[in-house]
This record gives sequence, structure tokens and C-alpha cells, in this order.
Amino acid sequence: MQDFPRWKVISILGFLACLMALAIPSFLPDSITDRWGGFPHPKVNLGLDLAGGSYLLLEADTNELVKNRLEAKREEILNDINTATPPIQIGDISTDGGKLSFLLRDVRQLDATRELLNKQIGGAGMTGQRDWDLSVIDGQRIVMTPTQAGITQAVNTAMSTATDVVRTRIDKLGTKEPTIVRQGTDRIVVQVPGLKDPKALKDLLGKTAKLEFKMVDDTPYVAGGIVPAGSQVLPYPEGGPQAKILVKRQAILTGDQLVSASQGFKPDSTEAIVNFAFNAEGGRKFARITQDYTGKAFAVIVDGQVISAPRINTPILGGSGYIEGRFTVQSANNLAIALSSGKLPITLKVIEEHSVGADLGADSIHAGILASCIAVALVVVFMIVTYGRFGFYADYAVVINVVVIMGVLALLNGTLTLPGIAGFVLTIGTAVDANVLINERIREERRRGRSVIQSVELGYKEASRTIFEANATHAISGLIMLLLGSGPVKGFAVVLLIGIVTSVFTAVTFTRMLVVLWIRKNRPTEINI
Amino acid sequence: MRLLKLVPDNTNLPFVSLRKWAFGLTLLLSIAALGLVLARGLNLGVDFVGGLMIEEKFDTPPSLDTLRSTVDRLNLGEVRLQAVGTDGKTISIKLPPPPSTDDGATNRVVAQVQAAVTKAFPDAKFSKQDVVGGKVSNELIGKGVLAVVLAVIGIGLFAVLRFEWQFGVSTVVAIVHDVLMTLGFFALTRFEFDLNIVAAVLTIIGYSINDKIVIDDRIRENMRRYRKMDMAGIVDLSVNETLPRTVMTSVTILLALFALLIFGGYVLRGFTAAMILGIFVGTYSSIYVSSSLLISLGLRPDPKVDDAPAAGTPKVG
Repeated sequence: MQDFPRWKVISILGFLACLMALAIPSFLPDSITDRWGGFPHPKVNLGLDLAGGSYLLLEADTNELVKNRLEAKREEILNDINTATPPIQIGDISTDGGKLSFLLRDVRQLDATRELLNKQIGGAGMTGQRDWDLSVIDGQRIVMTPTQAGITQAVNTAMSTATDVVRTRIDKLGTKEPTIVRQGTDRIVVQVPGLKDPKALKDLLGKTAKLEFKMVDDTPYVAGGIVPAGSQVLPYPEGGPQAKILVKRQAILTGDQLVSASQGFKPDSTEAIVNFAFNAEGGRKFARITQDYTGKAFAVIVDGQVISAPRINTPILGGSGYIEGRFTVQSANNLAIALSSGKLPITLKVIEEHSVGADLGADSIHAGILASCIAVALVVVFMIVTYGRFGFYADYAVVINVVVIMGVLALLNGTLTLPGIAGFVLTIGTAVDANVLINERIREERRRGRSVIQSVELGYKEASRTIFEANATHAISGLIMLLLGSGPVKGFAVVLLIGIVTSVFTAVTFTRMLVVLWIRKNRPTEINI
Repeated sequence: MRLLKLVPDNTNLPFVSLRKWAFGLTLLLSIAALGLVLARGLNLGVDFVGGLMIEEKFDTPPSLDTLRSTVDRLNLGEVRLQAVGTDGKTISIKLPPPPSTDDGATNRVVAQVQAAVTKAFPDAKFSKQDVVGGKVSNELIGKGVLAVVLAVIGIGLFAVLRFEWQFGVSTVVAIVHDVLMTLGFFALTRFEFDLNIVAAVLTIIGYSINDKIVIDDRIRENMRRYRKMDMAGIVDLSVNETLPRTVMTSVTILLALFALLIFGGYVLRGFTAAMILGIFVGTYSSIYVSSSLLISLGLRPDPKVDDAPAAGTPKVG
């Protein structure tokens, strides 16, 4: 028992000091730690519930992607067939039931068509599997079915592009350290700390930002009437909530060739607009179109909604222009960000959102710190009142433990959430349990008439087993929370688990050292416990 | 200095003799809790039923009636208002998920509500908002239930491996009791049951098991020490010997939890309330469910030296 060599004392103290030192940067403001440069200063991150901010879980609409892919394939094949020499006559083309099928007018052209289509069914990625299965029914109906491998590949590609687009858009919002992580096959988790207005973020991510320019069809049209062939009716919010406008189906230009977009103001006015610029090719196209159609109106369409339908007064030759449409500065800015970060290849839906205002976060931090301090104070006093010197040792351990948990949390680059603070408070309560077990055992052994040294020795020895078992079971529930819990619950579990490990060390090893050093020095024959 | 002793030395309370009564009471309470949960259901939070919750903070406590009619006028379904916190300045507005499944629907609802509220109450400030789709809420329920079940199984397995099987069984029964009582409490009080409460339930399980292991450990030790004592005597002795620790630990944790309940802010209130209840329930079940159950399950000291074996009790390995 009294055998507690100096090297052991030094290594225990050194170890604890190191862990405690790790906690220091977390208590210093960024302005100080930033000046440390390369000197490592791990910090505990504040969770969204403390820092304020938004957590969004986005889910991609894969059905829509599959449908769009089918439509695109239809266009591609029609294009191939129409330009084939000799011409191939087909009819009854359909995309019903998730398949692309058409009828061959002339059965003799089957081989030629097959050859043409073989170029279209491609290999899916590196596995060499096909994107499409090709089959022929009754020698004249050709059916192309998308393969699972092809769909998976397409979803994958779309999702990685979408993740990049989401990242670009959020970066342009200029917030601090957002995290954007792809989750599973079709989800993206977005966490933006310190965000003031979650609505702007959602608006931004909800936009596909597909920009199209189409000519306005001037044919007189009444709502619900017959739509001329080659034209379509699109919503036109600027004309009123129910307003619609007739435009040509064919897009004369799309946003694919945009190089930049930014919010600006209309010359000599305070009206917010979105400036845009095309690349060289897009610019040329834009110039030609505005020359050809001078005097006519064209529609600027974003995600299937007509934003504005200005008349082309003079040809626009510089490859740039602006979109107006009763924007606020913010909505213009949002659209500009969305346009310039490219369009989302897949529609994303917000299926879960948790946002916390910065004020509430700050309130929570204050309340959490206050509660922790009061909890520590109460427990400290209670332990001293109950166990005297031994209670004081336990208190030492508890306070060190709190700092050590912070240090380890910083080292693991962990996140402190509000439930995490609850985890701290709970750990303060449970950490002394180990000391309670030890001290009660010492009291018992003293009552049984054992000497001071024997009692202390037995107290630590017998209680250690119990402490191990109790903490092991506690850790099981903590681990399960860590694995299955989400967000705040995870934050709680992390603190709990760290606390279990560190508290065993501080409450058993560290207090034992203190007790042994005291006994060795004073050789008490009686202890007050 | 005279030190505080919450439990006097050599306390010897006859816990085991009250066992039959306690079993009856426990059974009755468990059935009542189960009945309550089934009949009234839990006041599930947005996490588990889907829908949206918006919290707005006002400079002065707003009139709930005005606020209700403001939101009602938007025709968004059943509106539930609740003042959270102590000063009545923060109000949570809960709405069911919008019927439309199109992507912007929920966002539009949130925007609509916020616009209407800000118009009627210019001092309203955004404080918090949670939106959970139906698909996600089902996943969260699944995960929550799985977590609790896994925790119970995992801990039961640990107890079986470290001790005899009777300890495993009695512990699992006691934990199920604890979980049931907690759920019953939430069904009775209509406190909101959300993800944080699942964490609380898991922590209660962890604490309760902690308590049981300490007593079980002592029972095992005493079974070796007093081979001729009957099981009731051993349980009584062990519970009494560990009673000072049980009381001390419960009191310290309760001190910490009450600090959290009073000063920790309203966000954690449900969690803390559940934990405080759990301390009482867990301590009770350590004595009257798990320890007492050991006797009924036929655990007894090593039969080789036991001179009065009861007929029909299974052999303990």
C-alpha cells in the first residue's frame, strides 16, 4: 500500500497536467489562440444548439433523376435516329413504365438500329456493366430498360456533383466552418454554425437553379385554352399569383454557359437585379439571338418559373446582361449565388431541420455553465461534510476530472452540445460515486476493527472491482448512444464516455496517491472518515 | 469535526420481509404505467411524429390567444402553443407536417408562420426551429427503440457473463421496470417526449445498472463469506451494507441534477426531470426488483456447504 514510488507520482501528476493543459485553448478566445500560429491548440467545438446555427438533412429525389435520365435518353436517341443515313423510320415512342420503347416502321432496319443503339447503352463506370438493357419484342418493338447498375452510377455521380454545388453555395454565404457531408446513397447533411437566417439557406439549397431563355409566344392565349403546338404555359409570378405566360418549348439558351452571376442594381435605380455573364460561346449565341429577335420578348426562366419577360430593345453583344424581376437585395443575391454555383443535377428536399438562434445558444451556454458551477459547488461541500479529508481528496479529483474531460474532448476534436453539458453535470455526480464506494468501504473496514492502513488498502482494493463493473455497464449504454444517437444525443454520449474513463483514473488512481502520500507522511493511527 | 452520516452505522432495515408487498406494488405500478402509455400515449415531440416546431422569443410575454388566432388564420392544421421557460417570453408553436409533399411546402409554412407572427408581434425574435419529415421521424423512432433494446440486452449479457444467470435476469427485469416507469411518468405528465428523453432513458438505464451492480457485487461477496446464511439474510445484509453508498451517491447526483433543473435553462428541463425520476426509480428497483428477485430465482450460496437446500431450486453454476 505505502509502496508508491516517486516515478509513479510524477507520471500521474504529469499525465493529468498534460490532459488539463489541453483544455486551456478552449477557454481562450480565438483572437489569442490565432496568434499561436503553428503551435497546436485543440479546441472544443460548440454544437449548433450552443453556437446557434442550422442543421439540415437533405434528401435527393432519385425518382425524378431516373425520369429525367429517361427523357434525356429519349432525346438523344431521337436525335441519333433522325440524323442517321439512311433515315430510320420509327413511331409510337414512349417512356411509360420506366422504359424507353419505340416501334420500327421497317423491320429490315432492325440491324442498323441495333448498331446505332449499341453506342447508347454504354458501360456503367469501371465495372463495365451496361447502363441500359436492350431487347426486341416481335422483331420490331425496341425496348431499352435502365439497369440498376446504371441508375446507381447516375445517382452517385449526381450526388457528388450536388454535394459540391451545395458546398459552393454555402461557402458563398460566407459563414464560418460549415460542414457538408454526404450520408448514405441519397442524403447530404449540412451544418452551418452561427447562421442568422435559416430561411435564406433553405431557399438557396432548394433551388435547382436551372436557367433557361425561351422566346415568348405572342399568340393570343386565354387561361385553360388550347396551347399552340411547340409552346408551353409557365407560371409567371410577377404578373400576379396565378399568372401564366405562353412561351416556346424550345430553349434558345441555357445557363450551362454562364461564367458568373452577381447581385447588382439597375442603372440609376435602387432596384436589385442579377448581373450575369456568358462564356465566349454563350456570349456569341446570346448576341446572335438578340440580333435575330430584336423587338420580341423573351422569358428568363429559373426552375420552370418565368422570372421576367423583357423585350429585346437592342442586340446585346458583350455576352452579359441582367435579370430583373422585383427582387429584394437578398433574393437577388440568392439567385446570383445559385446561378453561379451551377445547377443542381438532382432536386434536394429538406427532410429534417434543426435551427437555433444565436441568442438562445448564448443563453444555453450561460445556463449550462452556471448549472455546472453550482453542481460542482454543492457536490464539493457535500463530500467534505461527509468524508472530511477523504471528501476533500475526492473533490480534488472531481474538479481535475472536469478539466480533463474538456482536454480530452478538445484532443478528440469533439463537439460540446447542450446535452453534453448535462453529461458534464451528471459525470460530476457519478464520478464521486467511485470515491463514495471507496470511502464507505473504508468506514466499514474501520468498524470491523481493521487498522487505518489495512482499511484504506482494503477499501481501495475491494471497491475497485465494483467500480470497474459498474462503469463497464455504464459504458455499454454510453456506447450504444454514441452509435445510434443523432446530433445532441451523440454529444451527450461522448462526454459521458470520456467521463467514465477519466473519472476512474482521477477517482481511484489519483485519490489513492493523495491518500497514500498523506498516510506515509503522517502515519495516522486514527482517521476521521 | 464530526462528519455527516446520512445512514447510521449498523443500520439493519428488514427490506426482504417487505418483498411480497413490494412485488405487488411494483406489479400494480408497472401495469398502471403500461396502461397509461397505451391508453393516453406519449406527448411525442417533433422528432418522433414529424411536423414543425417554431420557437419565438418576445420582449414581453405575448397574449397566447392572440398568437393562437394569428396562426390559426393561416389554416395550417392544429396549432399547439406552449410557453417554455419561466418568464413566459418564449413560446413554442407546433404544427403538423403540411399535407403537400412538394419540397418547399414545409419551408413555406415556416415562413408563413414567422411572417404572420412578426406582423402581429413586432417584438418577436427567432429562437429555434425544428422541422422533421415523416420518413425521418420513423427512422428516429426505430433507432431510439433499437438503442434502448440493445442497451438492455447488452447490459443483461454483461451481468450474465460477470455473475450468475440469475443476476442477468433480475437486472433485465429491473431495467424494464425502470423504462416502463419513466414512460408512464411521461404519459401521465404529458411532458414532451423527444430525442433528448431517449438519451435520458439510456442514462437512467446506465445509472440504474450501476446501482444494481454495486449491490449484486456485495451479494456475491457475502455469498462466499457467509455460506450458511439463507439468501434472504444475505440480500438484507448486502442491501444494508451498501445502503450508505446508495444514499450518498443518489444524494450527490440529485444535488447535481437539481442544479441543472433549476439553473440549466428550459431546453434541458424534460431531460433533467426524467433523470431525477430515474434516480428514484432505479434505486427502488435495485432493492425491490433485482435484489429481491434473486431470491425468487433460486440463487443461494454454494450448495456444497449449504446444509438446508430447498427442494426444487435450480443448481447454481
